[in-house]
Amino acid sequence: MSIFQSLVKKEALHIVRDTRTMVITLLMPIVLLLLFGFAISTEVNDVMVVAVVDQHTDETRDIIQRLNVNDYITFKGLIAPEDADRLLRSGLAEAVVYLKNEDGKVKSQIVVDASNTNTAQTATAYIRGIISGNAAKSPVITNTLYNPQLKSAYNFVPGILGMIFILICAIITSVSIVREKETGTMNLLLVSPVKPQTIILGKLIPYFLLSCIILTVMLLMAYTVLGLPVSASVVTVVEVSLLYIVLSLSIGLLVSTIVDTQLTALIVSAVMFMLPVIMLSGMIFPIDNMPVILQWISNIIPARWYIEAMRKLMVQQLDFSYVMKEIVILASMTVVLLVLAVGKFKSSTR
Amino acid sequence: MGNDKAISVKNLTKKFGSFTAVDHITFDVAKGEIFGFLGANGAGKTTAMRMLCGLSRPTEGDGHVAGCDIITQAEAIKHRIGYMSQKFSLYADLTVEENIRLFSTIYGMSSSQIREASERLFKELEMENMRNTFVKDIPVGWKQKLALATATIHKPQIVFLDEPTGGVDPVTRRKFWELIYKASSDGMTVFVTTHYLDEAEYCNRIFIMVDGKISALDSPSALKEKYHVATIDEVFRIVAQNAQRTD
Amino acid sequence: MKIRILKALLRKEVKLMKRNPLIPKIIVGMPLMVMLVLPLVANLEVKNAGVTIVDNDRSQLSRRIAADIDASDYLSVKEIACTHDEAMKSIEDGKADVILTIPSHYSRDLAQGNVDIDIEANGVNATKGMLGAQYVSQSVMGTLKQWRSENGMSVDLPETSVINLYNPTLNFRNYMIPALIVVLLIIICGFLPALNLVSEKESGTIEAMNVTPVSRLAFVLSKLIPFWVVGMIVVTVGMTVGWLVYGLTPAGNIGAIYLAAILFSLALSGLGVTIANKSATMLQSIFVMFAFIMIFQLMSGLFTPIRSMPEWAQYITYAIPPRYFIEIMRSVYLKGAGIIDLWPQYAAIAAFALFFSALAAATYSKRN
Repeated sequence: MSIFQSLVKKEALHIVRDTRTMVITLLMPIVLLLLFGFAISTEVNDVMVVAVVDQHTDETRDIIQRLNVNDYITFKGLIAPEDADRLLRSGLAEAVVYLKNEDGKVKSQIVVDASNTNTAQTATAYIRGIISGNAAKSPVITNTLYNPQLKSAYNFVPGILGMIFILICAIITSVSIVREKETGTMNLLLVSPVKPQTIILGKLIPYFLLSCIILTVMLLMAYTVLGLPVSASVVTVVEVSLLYIVLSLSIGLLVSTIVDTQLTALIVSAVMFMLPVIMLSGMIFPIDNMPVILQWISNIIPARWYIEAMRKLMVQQLDFSYVMKEIVILASMTVVLLVLAVGKFKSSTR
Repeated sequence: MGNDKAISVKNLTKKFGSFTAVDHITFDVAKGEIFGFLGANGAGKTTAMRMLCGLSRPTEGDGHVAGCDIITQAEAIKHRIGYMSQKFSLYADLTVEENIRLFSTIYGMSSSQIREASERLFKELEMENMRNTFVKDIPVGWKQKLALATATIHKPQIVFLDEPTGGVDPVTRRKFWELIYKASSDGMTVFVTTHYLDEAEYCNRIFIMVDGKISALDSPSALKEKYHVATIDEVFRIVAQNAQRTD
Repeated sequence: MKIRILKALLRKEVKLMKRNPLIPKIIVGMPLMVMLVLPLVANLEVKNAGVTIVDNDRSQLSRRIAADIDASDYLSVKEIACTHDEAMKSIEDGKADVILTIPSHYSRDLAQGNVDIDIEANGVNATKGMLGAQYVSQSVMGTLKQWRSENGMSVDLPETSVINLYNPTLNFRNYMIPALIVVLLIIICGFLPALNLVSEKESGTIEAMNVTPVSRLAFVLSKLIPFWVVGMIVVTVGMTVGWLVYGLTPAGNIGAIYLAAILFSLALSGLGVTIANKSATMLQSIFVMFAFIMIFQLMSGLFTPIRSMPEWAQYITYAIPPRYFIEIMRSVYLKGAGIIDLWPQYAAIAAFALFFSALAAATYSKRN
């Protein structure tokens, strides 16, 4: 067995023996995918509504009947006016409908808990429709392109991948290299006749393989459990992902050459790379909504380009030519980071 | 067991899974003795010592340390012993004085006792000027001396030293052993592990451990006589020649 | 447990924390970063959703529909396409999020009865597509209604009036800021005690402690108490930023917020210490903690309403401590609710605090 092979084997054993970390790295993406796919939804349903009626007429009875049968709201019943405030404050009701009879006509008012503006606006729209009674007769028909069930999971697959690879490649790699620095075993390796490049490659390859396993698992899940349509773009998906994994590894390597303790490595990777990925990459929050300066900052976050490319490929099923820009950006980032990291590593070992 | 024994163990065993780190060892240490625990790295010295200090639960066997049962009275033992480990274990980001204060408070010493003891300690170690220095900034040799002083500040009955002179130059080691003799003359029993065989000569009795088992147990001169050799180094080579576990 | 010993241990923790090159920076820097950036970013409202209109009608009405859409704050017309293929191209290029197709002879047919108009939303970004389509649909309906009344056609029932309680300006930020303070506490009180304890394990100082007669409870408390104080600092920094930068102050009692915050930091630091007790290396503890934090953030109702989840997922959220704290923060901040209104939430956090602190003390073993 060559030196290189034995280094790779050593690192691989190190990863596999830490069962807990191993299980979490493999399970976390799956759990996240399932949560995003089946638990988390921005859809507003089950709005809890109560009503206050001053005088029952055929018309108010009609409205109450319609509230009762509507699927989007949960009608909790009629209440006395003085209870309204308490129910709203404690969150037991999200909207109160007041029906008042004036001059033989019913006047209605909706008081809605607007603390969550999204829910409030949608709830108001539902209730308005129900009161006016012609919600069904909307002259507008809405269809969704690409993502017919509006499953947000589709959207989140690229985001989860973008985050997990940073976690595994950047954070674990940097911490594990710095750990060897801390315990002194790195010096042991460096004074041996093995070339520094060989040592580093021996460290990176097992993490690269681990990332590939996760990529495979995630893609299998996306195409089976989440029912993402399979198309020719799969090949490009894999290629772009591999590029991104290499990029993340370069980040980890760069961090490890700069810092000296595991704690610093963790905090630097978490604050400099993890938080921006979650906040600014467009994974959860749309980039267009951000203030211009943050949009500008998001340009230098690799995950942003990766997620954009993956959305085009996986969800829109566009072909290779549509993601050229992203690939070029990711590739140049990789080259810059690798050059920096290798340069730093060489100067620090001398 | 008699009252003249500081430590007495019988069939002490520790297994980690299928690996037996310490394999049925039995021995006594008399009060006031300097007892040396010798063995190659991985022979099981540290594991055995950790069981005696109440840091590790024996898989089998029993024993008494300072009159307390090592299985059921682990916390009571801790009041009566001092411990210094091969891994330097004072807080690096606290000053010398802060470390001493912290540990002596934990051992239940009163403020006046602490003040008195630390004044004496600084004088004896000639560390007056390092009082407010961060522990991470003082030289290794001083750190070891300080760690020993901290481990014995509450005048324990027994002090356990786990490879206390690791990575220290011969002159400092010599000075360190003077401190050990001083502790012993103050009435403390000293239990020390080492892999420096020359240090074995300083002990009243030594115990050579190979692959988790006792290979030899006697005074240095008696051992040399038994194996007809001139140095402990040679004794060790003879008893350890069949060792399985080495680095 | 002797108070003198606990004090000595606490003094040690505070000194170590102050002397650490990173921790003080994190305690102040992290809340600032999160509070300054996230409220600007965590905005699920859709502004400037791009609309491409395929106008097959080319009538006065269709031009008016387009003009009304463009006038909306939330929408902007990116293109008037001639064919549907052209419109699809603008979606593929990422210019537009919604396509509105107006059929030919729309205004003529409308005079005779109901004619359907088609909206297609780009589902790639589900939120943006869905809300964008909703806004387009509202805008179109408004235009139609006005047009109908101008042309003497039947008009709906009298308009229903709406009162937006608690957040009259419908500012989504007001909803997010109180919850972000919870996120800060999760990160600071969850990660830092875990890291602190594991680093003592790795440096070997914990061994020096374990061989002394110090009681388990005193040692664990000395690890927890500093982070309760840190938690209070973080909450204060968070609330101050919320007030100075976003002009948001709690409608309810500040005491109610601090009470919940103390209980919550207790719960989270207990969890952190428990994880550290069970981990051998820093990496391990970080990973387990990270997994917890991700699930906490997703399942606590922070970004998406709990009531939108399927029933089985809603049951899971009862086991997520931040769920209760977020409810308290939002209710106290926006609705001015008090401890009495929210006693079930307080009781739940208190129970978690007790449980995790007990677990932290129980899993800490001086002997292995």
